[in-house]
Amino acid sequence: MKLLGLFNYWVFAVLLMIGLYALISKQNLVKKIMALAIFQSAVFLFFITMSRVDEGTAPIIQAGVANQIFSNPLPQVLILTAIVVGISTTALGLAIVVRLHEEYGTVEDNEILAMDRES
Amino acid sequence: MTMLLIGVFLLSLLVITAIAIVRSEDLFSAVMLSGIFSLLMALNFFLLDAADVALTEAAVGAGVATVLLLAGLRLIPPKEAPGRPLRALSVTVIAATALLMIYASFGQPTLGDPLAPTQQHIAPWYIEKTPELIDIPNIVTAVLSSFRGYDTLGEVFVVLTAGIGVMFLLGGGRGKPFSRLDSQAEQGLSGHLIPKVMARLLIPFILLFALFIQFHGEYSPGGGFQAGAIFVAGIILYSLVRGEGLALSVIPPRALLLMSAGGALLFGSVGVAGMLMGGNFLEYSVLAENPVIGQHIGIIVIELGVGLTVTGVLLSIFHAFAARD
Repeated sequence: MKLLGLFNYWVFAVLLMIGLYALISKQNLVKKIMALAIFQSAVFLFFITMSRVDEGTAPIIQAGVANQIFSNPLPQVLILTAIVVGISTTALGLAIVVRLHEEYGTVEDNEILAMDRES
Repeated sequence: MTMLLIGVFLLSLLVITAIAIVRSEDLFSAVMLSGIFSLLMALNFFLLDAADVALTEAAVGAGVATVLLLAGLRLIPPKEAPGRPLRALSVTVIAATALLMIYASFGQPTLGDPLAPTQQHIAPWYIEKTPELIDIPNIVTAVLSSFRGYDTLGEVFVVLTAGIGVMFLLGGGRGKPFSRLDSQAEQGLSGHLIPKVMARLLIPFILLFALFIQFHGEYSPGGGFQAGAIFVAGIILYSLVRGEGLALSVIPPRALLLMSAGGALLFGSVGVAGMLMGGNFLEYSVLAENPVIGQHIGIIVIELGVGLTVTGVLLSIFHAFAARD
């Protein structure tokens, strides 16, 4: 029971490392961006895991219900805005990849580096 | 207990999906899998009592992000080059770090522990003071737009900045960020009957739901960020089915620019209005005679600003990708 309560953290660790692994070992720049998104999602999961309180509900006050237990609203606020910022920065990264492809004709980082060294 | 097991099941699916994303050589299927990943993540957030976050993740991650990645994928090779083999060094480092973090997790409070340090700090104050100081039911909205308004203002400007960056990278000539947008007038999927009929049925309800989320965000899960993303999803669906040209005549490029910048400006000017009326920057209590009414006015206006900016920026980004050839 105690161990199951830690499962979220293990998934956080595994997802974070899957993202990091793909980020450093994949050559394709689009894959790198998606890896960054996985890495980011892992952090989101970590925050939201910490916001949960047993027997709690989503932090919305219901009229006429006394002594409600609420989950922690603060991590939820931070992650809510971070998700929208995340998609904007992903789009920015993707735009850079598209421009790189127009200039170099490839989106593999080793080929781009090789071209840079030749010139 | 059942909820915990459902959570474990969903989280395991999440890990499997993440591995599949990393392993698939076809970028198209990787993008589709990342849509599934976001949907699973949204379900997990919902199980963890974060209704607002789940709504955002479902609208942004599973909806808008997938479409944006697909629009970008149209412009680059769809296949990954056959990669180098697994490198022993990186695998070792990654595995060691993962094990270290799992080892560290044994020092963490278990899921849902009400005595965890996170629950002791400032959160009880927010929960206790929201009915008294702000008097709206949704505590997340109260914290987002009033208690931590500075944060949100910053985030809105980050979104705007990212939008400007995409415009500069993909928008074409100097001073004309949208110059390439009107050039294409494809008919989209209008030749296909089933998507067309389905879209025609869905789009009005999606847009209506977005407005509901926007203006009911103080009482139920929702707010400007979610509403903006859902609104964008509706318009993107329209432009996929009826073509870019028609979508741009519904919301012209100039209006998109005005929405992006105007929303952020609206947010900032509410802050300045608070200063002019004798309070601090982003202090809403001074906006009306009654401090609670002032808070309500401030929150509604800044949520509108957030919604406008998110809609404008995400739609501009989509159009910028879609119009590129």
